Amino acid sequence: MPYESKETSNTVLSKLLNQSYKYGFATEIEKEIFEKGLNEDVVRAISQKRAEPEFLLEFRLKAYRKWKQMKCPEWHILKFSEIDYQDISYYSAPKVKDTLNSLNEVDPELLETFEKLGISLSEQKRLTNVAVDAVFDSVSVVTTFKEELAEQGIIFCSMSEAVQEYPELIRKYLGTVVPIGDNYFSTLNSAVFTDGSFCYIPKDVKCPLDLSTYFRINDEKSGQFERTLVIADANSSVCYLEGCTAPQYDSNQLHAAVVELVAFENASIKYSTVQNWYSGNKDGKGGIYNFVTKRGLCAGSNSQISWTQVETGSSITWKYPSCLLVGNNSNGEFYSVALTNNFQQADTGTRMVHIGKETRSRIVSKGISAGKSKNTYRGYVHINNNAIGARNYSQCDSLLIGNLTNATTFPVIRVDNSTTKVEHEASTSKIGEEQIFYFLQRGISIEKGVELMISGFCRDVVTELPLEFAAEATRLLSLKLEGTVG
Amino acid sequence: MNKTPILEIKNLKAAINDNEILKDLNLKVYKGEVHAIMGPNGSGKSTFSKVIGGHPAYEVISGKALFNGIDILELEPEERSHLGIFLAFQYPIEIPGVSNEDFLRLAYNAKRIADNKPELGPLEFLPVIQEKLKIVNMSPVFLSRNVNEGFSGGEKKRNEILQMVLLNSKLSILDETDSGLDIDALKIVSEGINTFMNEDKAIILITHYQRLLDYVKPDFVHVMQNGEIIKTGTADLAKELEIKGYEWLR
Repeated sequence: MPYESKETSNTVLSKLLNQSYKYGFATEIEKEIFEKGLNEDVVRAISQKRAEPEFLLEFRLKAYRKWKQMKCPEWHILKFSEIDYQDISYYSAPKVKDTLNSLNEVDPELLETFEKLGISLSEQKRLTNVAVDAVFDSVSVVTTFKEELAEQGIIFCSMSEAVQEYPELIRKYLGTVVPIGDNYFSTLNSAVFTDGSFCYIPKDVKCPLDLSTYFRINDEKSGQFERTLVIADANSSVCYLEGCTAPQYDSNQLHAAVVELVAFENASIKYSTVQNWYSGNKDGKGGIYNFVTKRGLCAGSNSQISWTQVETGSSITWKYPSCLLVGNNSNGEFYSVALTNNFQQADTGTRMVHIGKETRSRIVSKGISAGKSKNTYRGYVHINNNAIGARNYSQCDSLLIGNLTNATTFPVIRVDNSTTKVEHEASTSKIGEEQIFYFLQRGISIEKGVELMISGFCRDVVTELPLEFAAEATRLLSLKLEGTVG
Repeated sequence: MNKTPILEIKNLKAAINDNEILKDLNLKVYKGEVHAIMGPNGSGKSTFSKVIGGHPAYEVISGKALFNGIDILELEPEERSHLGIFLAFQYPIEIPGVSNEDFLRLAYNAKRIADNKPELGPLEFLPVIQEKLKIVNMSPVFLSRNVNEGFSGGEKKRNEILQMVLLNSKLSILDETDSGLDIDALKIVSEGINTFMNEDKAIILITHYQRLLDYVKPDFVHVMQNGEIIKTGTADLAKELEIKGYEWLR
């Protein structure tokens, strides 16, 4: 007897799924904002505003000219209205004194904003084991523990500061992993990026703290284009975390970031993201367009780069954290949970390019789709002919909640030599009304039941996160999927 | 006799997708009794179990269902469970990513919380569940597997009986628990049910076959047709149905 009722099933689940976004507030603050629009003068103005060295202006102009000739990629299966790049402001910064010498000079409104987001920057209350770079719209507000880290030779600061203080490092590495012209959005970023974090771990140093950047989009009319560069020199290691939120607007904001990682011999970089940009309302209005390019270069032998991401927000997510495995015996990892609800669309995955001998990569992707959302995994594993003895393992699981959602996977594997070992596993499962009723009939609440199913599904990924983030991620996933059923 | 039935159904009408399935159901079950409900396919037997369990897809149009005198139709499914109502599903669903052990402990603790008792941690729970596993002749290996995932038909049914025994439910409705079982599994399941049954409990067996009733002796046998009970008898009625089918009752 057919007892699946779409109507009922959707009411129960939608009550469960539709939680309000608690980071949706906007901060009223005096700011300096550029007129909307993009042209060479704007690019020059950004560079000038930041008093950048000549090479960087040229980098930007080259990127801008290249970008002008490029077209928005169309190979994805995302649906969104064309972005009007002339309707975006490319610079928005809270007004501050020229240089900040201490936290006392930071606008209390800003500190309060980060406080509300759970990121305490004040000396008394800040996390003791994590150094934070707080980025608000186009600029970095403050970086904690900078001096303490400097004692170890570790550089951790905003990109703006790095441009001024360490221009040689920037010149040497910027654009080496994601070159100008790599793709449409990264090239746009190269032209107009404003701030972000820079991190350099010297030889033989294990970074004693987790480093993190917290990105906050505040302004409705501006885009956020941040640039992050992490360099781990030989025998060093670092664990890097990234968190993101934005206010709730009816319009869409563009976020096009670029993250470049370089790991030298025996170095290891672990890069984790918990992305919770505003995802739009339940009818799909508003939300962040998140077009991000993240790539790591395992330059040295035995180097390791590991990406972990928990993607829960954004109206559109377009992002493929990748590894170029150049050094012999280097290792690339990608662990991902992407959760979509309502009208959210995610097209995410990874690219693992095996170039060096005995290189290894591991992909674990978990897609959770609810509401009327679309969730796509796109993976590309390429084993070049010189990558003798390379190995890849990919696992790609989809979990569907309700009857109206859509999950797609596009795993591509290209192997150019016969000495490699490649494995791929995939599964699809569903949380429907019958599972929920099974829990309820056994006396288990819907919240507990869903939590158990989600945490079981995501376990392999969440355990890869640093401890503080694992708790944050579990809480976030619960927040997105749980609620009281009336 | 002046005692309250553990379950009393009065003129119950219920529908799914605007299709009226239960037309006028009446039933009284007292503690210590085993009832069997038989009837042709589509007569409303499974619907009855889902309505008592509180499945959200079913709409109660009118009538009453009293559990120990309490109207349960307004209660949430989990509240009914906490009162001691258990449904053994005809097709137990697979729950990906959740181990049987976690599931069983969560269910057990949910009941304990409802009874104002402290929850048991994993270590304290282990001896409790090991004891119950013996009743249905299940290996502890079951605990580490995901709920019903990759279970054979017989294993799924035994898992249902395991949960019934663990939750120590007062009223258990077993929806075709015998279907898909081989003779050995049927014996194990039946013995489990018989060991579990006592004077404080009641069981309703929904079944198509007399075979189960050879092992679990019913006090009453009801025939359901077209959403109501059209005949009630003793165990002999089931035997008669086995020979004659349902046609002669129409």
